[in-house]
Amino acid sequence: MARKHTLQAGYDGHLEPITVNLPDGEPEPWDAQSKLRIVGRPVPRLDAVAKVTGRAKYTQDITLPGMLYGRFLRCPYPAALLRNVDVSRAKALPGVKAVWTEKVGRKLHYQGQEVAAVAATSADLAEEALRLIQVDYEQRPFVVDATKAMAADAPLVFAGEKLPDAEDAPPAGSKVTAKGNVRGTVENEGDLEAAFAEAEVIVEGTYRTQVQVHSALEPHGSIARWEGDELTVWSSTQATFGVREQVAAALKLPKNKVRVLCEYMGGGFGAKFSAGPWSIVAAKLAREAQAPVKMMLTRHDEQLCSGNRPDSVQWLKLGAKRDGTLVAIHLKSYGTPGVGTGAGVGGPVGALYKMKARRVEESDVFTNTRAAEAFRAPGHPQGCFALEQAMDELAQKLGMDPIELRKKNLQNPVQVAELERGRNEVPAWKDRGGKLSATGPGPGSGDIGGDVRGDIRRGIGMACGVWYKFYSQATQVEVEVHKDGRVEVKNGAQDIGTGTRTYMAQITAEELGLPLEAITVRLGDTNLPVGPGSGGSITTPSIAPTVRAAAYQAGQKLKDVAAGLLKVPAGEVTLGMEGFRGRTKTMTWKQVCARIPGDKLTVVASRAKDYQGLKDRMGGVQFAEVEVDMRTGVVRVVRMTVVQDFGRPLNPLTAESQINGGVIQGVSYALFEDRRLDRHTGQMVNPNLEAYKILTVNDCPEIRVVMFDVHPGFNNTGAIGLGEPPTVPTAAAIANAIADAIGGRVRELPMTPDRVLAAIAEARGEKRAQATPGADQGSDQRKAP
Amino acid sequence: MAGAKADAPPGAGTSQAEEGGGAASTGGGLTRRELFQGIGAAAVVGGMLGDSRRARAATGPGAPEVLGPGKVPLKLTVNGTERALSVEPRTTLLDALRLELDLTGAKPVCDRGACGACTVLIDGDPVVACMMLAIDAQDGSIATVEGLAEGDKLSPLQQAFVEHDALQCGFCTPGMLMACTAVLVQHPKPTAENVRHGVAGNLCRCGTYPKVVAATLAAAGTGKGG
Repeated sequence: MARKHTLQAGYDGHLEPITVNLPDGEPEPWDAQSKLRIVGRPVPRLDAVAKVTGRAKYTQDITLPGMLYGRFLRCPYPAALLRNVDVSRAKALPGVKAVWTEKVGRKLHYQGQEVAAVAATSADLAEEALRLIQVDYEQRPFVVDATKAMAADAPLVFAGEKLPDAEDAPPAGSKVTAKGNVRGTVENEGDLEAAFAEAEVIVEGTYRTQVQVHSALEPHGSIARWEGDELTVWSSTQATFGVREQVAAALKLPKNKVRVLCEYMGGGFGAKFSAGPWSIVAAKLAREAQAPVKMMLTRHDEQLCSGNRPDSVQWLKLGAKRDGTLVAIHLKSYGTPGVGTGAGVGGPVGALYKMKARRVEESDVFTNTRAAEAFRAPGHPQGCFALEQAMDELAQKLGMDPIELRKKNLQNPVQVAELERGRNEVPAWKDRGGKLSATGPGPGSGDIGGDVRGDIRRGIGMACGVWYKFYSQATQVEVEVHKDGRVEVKNGAQDIGTGTRTYMAQITAEELGLPLEAITVRLGDTNLPVGPGSGGSITTPSIAPTVRAAAYQAGQKLKDVAAGLLKVPAGEVTLGMEGFRGRTKTMTWKQVCARIPGDKLTVVASRAKDYQGLKDRMGGVQFAEVEVDMRTGVVRVVRMTVVQDFGRPLNPLTAESQINGGVIQGVSYALFEDRRLDRHTGQMVNPNLEAYKILTVNDCPEIRVVMFDVHPGFNNTGAIGLGEPPTVPTAAAIANAIADAIGGRVRELPMTPDRVLAAIAEARGEKRAQATPGADQGSDQRKAP
Repeated sequence: MAGAKADAPPGAGTSQAEEGGGAASTGGGLTRRELFQGIGAAAVVGGMLGDSRRARAATGPGAPEVLGPGKVPLKLTVNGTERALSVEPRTTLLDALRLELDLTGAKPVCDRGACGACTVLIDGDPVVACMMLAIDAQDGSIATVEGLAEGDKLSPLQQAFVEHDALQCGFCTPGMLMACTAVLVQHPKPTAENVRHGVAGNLCRCGTYPKVVAATLAAAGTGKGG
C-alpha cells in the first residue's frame, strides 16, 4: 500500500516541498533537510587497502591450476576474405592444447578481426603457435575514412550483408535513411525554416573531432573454467550479468550454468560491456582442452580493436534574436563507428538550450575499422565541442557576455545557478570584472586578445555540459544480518573503480545505526542478486536506493524481534546508534541480533520505480584557464574549475576522484589523443601507449571541484550518477579558452600545436598555415555534410 | 602488404608479425630467440642498466655466456627475502615476480616500458620490470608493492594514498606507489615538482594524478593539510 510523503527538493535557495508516493518497503527518502552521519562523509574506500598492498586480484592476476594461456590471431587487413586457415603446425607444437578458427569463407571487415586462437601452457608458447598458423587472405577493397566512405563509388563495407543493428531505437518521429555505407536519422522539432527566418543573427561553422580509444590499463580479458557442464568466467568487465547472458547464449547454456566473477577490474570507460570473443572463444578453447583458459588482450590489440569513441564532422548553424534568445539550431553531422553503430552527437543540441525549432541530421558512416563501443558520455563531448564554441561565437557577434547568453537560454535552472557559482569561483574571471570580453577577439578580427606575458597568452573559457538521470529497475540487493551482529550487503554487479563498494557500506551503516566496520560488502558475482552494467552513470542511482531499501527492511524485521524482547508494539521501536529503543528500555544491536531466529536474517529488496521528483537532467559547467605559447602553439591547461550537480553526494572523497577522472580524460581528448590510420593500408599507426598519447601527470591541470548539491526527490537516497557528466564540457571549455587567448578558433580535435598555430595565423589574417600532412584520412577532401 | 597470400617462411610468422605488433619476428625469418642467442642476451641487457647496478659481463675472450633455452636456476632477493626459482632465460622480471612468486602487484599493461604500471625498485631505483630479464635482476635488492607494509601496518605513503583516495580502479597504483617511494627516498621533503617528475612515467587513465601528488606530499609532511 503506497503512502504519501512530502520532502524538500530542489537546490540552495530554491527548495520546494514535493509530495511523492512511497511504495511498500521504502523508507522515507533523504532530502534537503536530512542530517546524515556516514553518508555524505569522505570515507576512504573499502578496497583501498587491498589496492595499495597489491592484494587486490584482477582478472589479469588470477592463475588457476592447470590454466592455459590464450592468444588471438587477427586479420591484418581492413577488408579480406578468409580463404584458408591451416592450423596443423600450430596444433603440433608441444604445449598447444586447443585451437579455434573462424569459418573459412567468412568476410573480414576490419584490421584486428579474430581469425584464429590457440590455448597453450604459456603465453610465449601461444604466441609461437600463432606464428605457425598459415592464413590465406584475399584482400578486398576497403575504406577507413568516413568522408571517403560516403562517396558514391566508395567500397561497400557490408556488401550484400545485413547492417549492424542500431543500438538505440531512433528517436520517436525521426526518419531513418540508409544508403551505401551511410545510415542516418533526421529529427525535427518545430518549423526550422520559419524559426531561422525570425533570426536576427546567424552563426555557422564546421567542427571535427577524432576517434578516441578507451585505453584502460587492464586490457579486456577473461578466464573460462568448466566444471562438468557449468562454466565460471572471470572477466575484466563492466557488466557481470551482461557477460553471463551473452556467454550463455553463445554457448547455448542455461544462464544458471554460467557464473561471472569480477571482484576488481582495471578500468572500462564504456568499452567493457560485452562478453566478447575473449570470453566466448576462451570458453570454447577451455572445453576442448579440458583446462581453464585465460585470454587477455595484448596492449597492441587493446588499442587496435577493443572499441573507441567515433569521430565526427559537424556542421552547426545557430539562429538568435539580438537580445540573445535562441530561435533555431540546425545540426548536420556524421562520423564513423567503424563496423558498429553509435556516432550520433546531437544530445547537447537537444538537451541544453530552449529554442523554437531544431533539426538534427546524424549519420553513422560504416568503415573498415573495428566497431566503436560506448565511451564515457557517448556523443556528448563531441556535441559540446561544437555547440559551446558556436555559442561563444554567437556571444561575440552579439557583444554579449557568454555566461549571460547561456543563462538566457538554458533549459535547466540548476545550471544557471552553477554558472553564477562558477563565475565567482574563478579568480581570473573576476579579474575581468566578472565578464568575458564582450567585444573580444573573434576569428579574423586581427586583434589578438587575452592577457599578454611575452609570447605566452592566457585565456579563460567556459562550457556547459549535460547528462541524464538513468537507472535500472533490474537491480536487487540482499542484506544479511548474522546472529553475531555482522551485516553483509550483496549485489552481483561490479565496482569499476568508482567507489560502489564503499557507498553500499555507508548506506547500510547509516540506515541501521552501525559503524562502518560492521558492514561487509560482496560484489562482482552473478550468483549474487542482479545488478546493472556500469554505464550511462546508472550504477549509483540503481544500487544505492536498493541498498537502503534492503537495509531498511532488515531493520524493520529486527524491530519486530526487538519489540518482543522490549515488550512493546513493533511500531514503537526505534533503531539508532544506541540500538533498539522501546519506550524507556534499550537493547543493543548485538543483543537483538543474538535472538534472530535461525542463523541469520535475510532481506532481498528490488529497486523501486523512481518517484516523480524534479527535472531529470543533470547540468555541470566547467571553466578552463589556459596558457598558449604563441610561437609554438603548445597549450597548457593551467586550471579547470568544475561546478557539478549529481544529486546527493554519497561520498565526496570518491566523487571528487570521479570528477577529476572525467576532467582529465576531457583534457586528454582535447589536446593529445588521436587514433591514426595509415592512409594507404588503412592500418592503425599507433596501437600502443607511447604514440597514442594519454595525459600524464605533467599535463594535468589543477582541478577545483565545487559540488553543487541538488535534492531531486527521485529516490530514497537522492543520489544520481556521476561517471559521465564531468567529461562532457571539458574540451569545449578548453577550446573557448584557447579562442580567448589567441583570438582565433580551433575547430578540430585534438587541438595540437599545428592546429593552434594555424588558427593564430588565420586570426592574424595570414595565409592558412599548412596543417600536418595527412592530417587525417583525407581532411583536405572533407566536405561539410 | 601486397599480395593475396601471407605465405611467409616458417617461424617468421604470419601477417600479424608483419604489422609489427606484439610478435617477435624481425621480418627476415629470424626469431627473437635466435637473435638473442646470436648477440648474447646479457650484452644487450647489460647496456640498459644504470651505473648503480653491476652488469653481467660477457666472459672469456669474445665468448658470451649462453643460458637456456630451457629453464635455468636463479635467485632473486625480493622484499628482503632470497627466493629461488627456475625460469627460461627470456623471462622478464615482471613475469618472474607475477607467475613464479605470485607477487601480482606489479601489473603488465604495455609490455614495452611505456606506462610504468610494472614499476618495481632495484636497490632503490625505479625500473620497469617488463623491460628487464629476471636473470639480470639477481644482483640487486628488489622491492615490490607487497613489501611496503609491515604485516598489517601500511607505510605512511600507502596510508596517505588511502586517506587521499589516490587510487580508483587501482591498476596503476602499485607502480605509482613504488615510483613515489623512490621519490621520498631521494627527496624526503619533496616539492610537487619532485613528485611529478617521479611519476612522469606512470600512466593513469582513471585520473588519480592530483591525489597521487597530494598523498605523496602529505606522507612527507610537505603537503597542504589532508
